[in-house]
This record gives sequence, C-alpha cells and structure tokens, in this order.
Amino acid sequence: MGKILSGREGFGQALLEMGSENEKIVALCADLAESVKVHFFAEKFPERYFQIGIAEQDMIGTAAGLALSGYIPFATTYAVFAANRANEQIRLAACYNQANVKIAVSHAGLTTGEDGATHQALEDIASMRAMPEMTVIVPADANEAYEATRASAELDGPVYLRLGRTPVPTVTKGYGKYKIGKARKVSDGKDVTLIACGIMVEKAIVASEMLAQEGINAAVVDMHTIKPIDEEMIIKQAEETGCIVTAEEHSIIGGLGGAVAEVVSENCPVPLVRVGTKDTFGESGPPEELLKKYGLTSENIVEAAKRAMSRKKVNV
Amino acid sequence: MASIDEIKEISTRIKRDIIQLTSANTGHPGGAIGAADIIAELYFSRLRHDPSNPNWEDRDRFVLSNGHLCTALYSAMARSGYFELSELQTFRKIDSRLQGHPSKHDLPGLETSSGPLGQGLSIANGMALSNRLRNSDAKVYCLVGDGEIQEGQIWEAAMTSSHYNLDNLALIINWNDIQIDGHVKDVMNIEPIAEKFSAFGWNTIEIDGHNVREIKDAFDSFENHRGAPTAIVAKTVIGKGVSYMEHEPIWHGKAPSSDEAKQALDEIGPSRFGEDLIFQ
Ligand SMILES: Cc1ncc(C[n+]2csc(CCOP(=O)(O)OP(=O)(O)O)c2C)c(N)n1
Repeated sequence: MGKILSGREGFGQALLEMGSENEKIVALCADLAESVKVHFFAEKFPERYFQIGIAEQDMIGTAAGLALSGYIPFATTYAVFAANRANEQIRLAACYNQANVKIAVSHAGLTTGEDGATHQALEDIASMRAMPEMTVIVPADANEAYEATRASAELDGPVYLRLGRTPVPTVTKGYGKYKIGKARKVSDGKDVTLIACGIMVEKAIVASEMLAQEGINAAVVDMHTIKPIDEEMIIKQAEETGCIVTAEEHSIIGGLGGAVAEVVSENCPVPLVRVGTKDTFGESGPPEELLKKYGLTSENIVEAAKRAMSRKKVNV
Repeated sequence: MASIDEIKEISTRIKRDIIQLTSANTGHPGGAIGAADIIAELYFSRLRHDPSNPNWEDRDRFVLSNGHLCTALYSAMARSGYFELSELQTFRKIDSRLQGHPSKHDLPGLETSSGPLGQGLSIANGMALSNRLRNSDAKVYCLVGDGEIQEGQIWEAAMTSSHYNLDNLALIINWNDIQIDGHVKDVMNIEPIAEKFSAFGWNTIEIDGHNVREIKDAFDSFENHRGAPTAIVAKTVIGKGVSYMEHEPIWHGKAPSSDEAKQALDEIGPSRFGEDLIFQ
C-alpha cells in the first residue's frame, strides 16, 4: 500500500495547482485554513482567497454569489459546519440556484478523533445526498481526493467533497482515470461484493484479504461518488455475487448503505448488510479505537460479509 | 462570596489544571487559561448552585458557548465538587464523560453540549425566558469567544435577549483578539464590540478580564441592572501568565509538550487552593 496521507492533503495540493491553471478558481474559508489545507492556495493567491471568519452560512452564500458571477469557488470548513450548520444555505443558494459551488469539507466521521461527537459528522452524506442538483463525493485517500478535486472543478454544478482528517494508506494509485459517478472496481470476486467509500475502502481491501484466507472470494468496489451513484456497477455486482456489504464512516441511515439499498431493492433484490455507525453520535478518542468501538473495522466487514452470504437464497 | 485573593488562588489552580490536562491529553489551552479568572469567579463566588444537586430547578446556570474552553469548566466543576478530581485525567479519552467538547448527556452539571460555535446565547435566552415564566430569580451566564461572535446566530440571539428585556442574563465576551487563523481583527473584524451590543439595546460593561475586582464589579452591576440584558466585554490575554502563549494564535488549540508544560506551571506559580493533579 502507498503513502500515508489524509484526504485533505490531496485536496490542498489539487487546489493549489488549479489556482495556477485557472484564474476562475477562488477559495473561501471560515477560520480553519490550515485544518482544511486551503492555506497553500491562500498564500499563493491571496487576492482570490476570502477569509469569511467563523460564519459558515455567510460563507456558503458568498460562494454562491461568486459562482453566480462566473467564478468557481471552493468553500471550505469541517463537514458539520457545512452540511449541518449551513444546510439551508447550501439548499437555496447553491443547489436551487444551480450555482457552481464546491463545498470541500474535512474532519468528516469518527476519525476526527479527540474533538468528539460535536465535530464528527456522521449524517452529512445523507443530508447532502437528498439535495437536488448536488453531487456527493467521498474519496478513499489523498490520491483520490486530489483527482476528485480536479474533476469537481470541471463539473458545472454544486459538489460536496467529503475529506478525512486522519492520514490513511493510499490505495487508489493506478486505478486508472477518475470519473465522477463511475465506481472503481478494486478487485473481482464471486461470493460477495464489498462496496465502500472514504477510508473504509482500505478497510474493505484488507477485509477481502482476510476473507480470501477463509476461501471466500470477495469483490471490492470503491464507490467514491455517492451521488449520482453508479447503478450499473451495483446491479452488475449484485447479479454476479448475489449479496452485498456496504462500508462507510457515516451512519447506516441514508448514506452509502442507504443509496446502495435503494438501487438493490428496486432492481435486483439481494441480501445486503450495512457497516457504519448505528444511529448514534460518536465520542472523543483515538481514531482507530473509535473505529473499533463503533464497528467500523475490517473484522466488522468480514463478519458482515459472512452474514450477507448466509442469507443468499441459493447458497454456494 | 469568595474574596479577591481567594479567587486568584482558585484561578491559579484552574490554570494549572488546564496545563496538566491539555499537556497529557491534547485540547485547547490558550483561551481556557485566559478565561480562568472569570470562570473562577462564576463557580466559586457568583453562581447559586449545588454540585450535589446539579438539576436543582432554581440554580443559576452557566452556558459555555465556546465549548473548546471546556478544560477551564471541567476544572472548575471538579474543584467545586461535581465529580472526583481523578476523573479529570479521562479528558478526551475513549469512554470518558469529559468529552473533547462538552457533552451534556454524559456529564450532569453541564447546561448544554457545545463546541460548534455560535449557539450558546440562544440556549441561554431560552433558559432566561424559562426563569421568568417560572417566576424564578435564577440567573443565566453565558460565555462566548470573540471570534465566535462572527456567527450570525449570536446577533439573532442578541436581538432576542434585548427584545425580551432579559435582565436575568449576562453575556461575557472573551475578547482576546485570537481565533484559529490569526488575530480576530485581521481574520474578520468584530470591533467595536461594546458599541454593537449597546446598539442592540444591551447594558454594556467593558472590563479587564484578569482584574478580579473589575470582574466582581461587573457581575454586581449586572445583578442590579433592570430592564435589559448585560454584556460584559472582558479584555483578556490568551494563555495569560504563560509567557510563550500570550497573544499567540497557535496556542488556541495546541497541547504543550512536557517541557512546555513544566515551564508553564513554573510561570503560573503555585496555588494555595487544592493540590496538583496526579495522573495514573
Ligand atoms: C460553527 C463552528 N465553526 C468552526 C469551528 C472551529 N473552531 C473551533 S474554535 C474556533 C475559533 C474560535 O475563536 P474564539 O471564539 O475567538 O475563541 P479563542 O480562540 O479565543 O479561544 C473555530 C473556528 C467551530 N467549533 N464551530
């Protein structure tokens, strides 16, 4: 596995590079410049960087105004303060206006760590996904965050880019060209498909190796775009492997698991088990310990895979 | 009511606790140390409260809106008897009641969860309205950061406090001119602060937030003021008493190393109130 980096680092690098390539790129921040890695851009392009202070709702509105005047704004903060705090501004000013606003957020999920539940967004994918016009992307690692940042600048319309705080192994190097809405097949399998997003992609890869040792052949899919979700991939995998496990650093309600369940139940009903937080807030603690406590480890995925397989109608 | 000298000893103790806690477990030392004098006066002199009965209906309430200052609050709560001192060392650890930002459902005695900035004054307004409805003379104190008042909700709430003439509510603004990305003046200017609250119809008092006499006088004047809420604009210094922290934005949210902690404890000096924490 590759370098250990956080998603936000890939984002910061891509934004910096795009700043030189496209003068329409602007960035906004709400008093968290270094945390969200927008400070590289801010130092290089001070005239295209707007510090809004601790005022996320104002930041989203301002970003929308810039977008409606032809710029490509990246508004940055933590996930809770965008998706939750500025939810209605995102709905009206960005989505309903079809404004070309990119909302790049870090500190999503339990791995936010010691700051605790108040800062750990576990329901943001659900609320962002429910917004008309919105594209929702959850990159697996720094490399994919880099690719997704560049791709989202090319897409015309609002994008929610969910980045992690904690460095994780880079797994997506060499996956081929990144395309929003096209899931990436990490490995083929015939017994079960593990569909993951964010930091859970790496955990799903490790889980598939653990399953292989028990003679279970699991496919792994990196579902980096939660909306529009890659229905074709989900249906194909459901048909090929007969059961599915989803894994996300988010509530099992309304996120990746919800999105996959919707596709599966309407098109190709097969057993599905969702790995994620179980309708609960998080808490303070070291990221890895939290993932363990809240059931977001490779072992949990392995266990879920076995459960899903045991429910198949025709057992192999 | 504790004397000025007693409050100073307690505040020194709280500052020592903050250094010990953040050094051992990460967190936000600077703002908490800067607000220690105010929190000492509140918990050991001003609040009508009963740590053994945290849900007492007629208690005065303290709402920490800038939740990242919670080490000061946890210290004051432990030192005034809400929970055992030994529990302090669980701060920010897994399975702890002392979350990185206050979690009301975990720890009795906290009036609200906080951390996401800008919400405390609205909650305090609700409590003040409730006191009035119930004909209770209990008071509500709310602490906010200066950067925090960039949030629009603060000003929505400021209108509400004034519209309903909530003279049972005091807002303290911890004016240290520091937020994460730098000096508040440079990040997003909020000055003039006192004039803004006056324009919103508040009784406004400006004090040196490290002068215990001035802190006591400000609270006295709040208690005697009728017909409008009181805003106390307290000029403070981040990391007050720790030379390398004072006026430095980096100490908003950085934990001191063990060497830095030792220097900080030396500079803060000893306290005659209670003993240093012992970490297992
Ligand atoms: C709504 C919201 N946005 C952003 C943050 C992240 N954050 C935590 S503390 C802080 C700065 C607070 O500044 P101030 O209120 O002046 O407190 P001080 O630095 O003086 O302790 C920020 C931006 C937050 N906690 N809540």
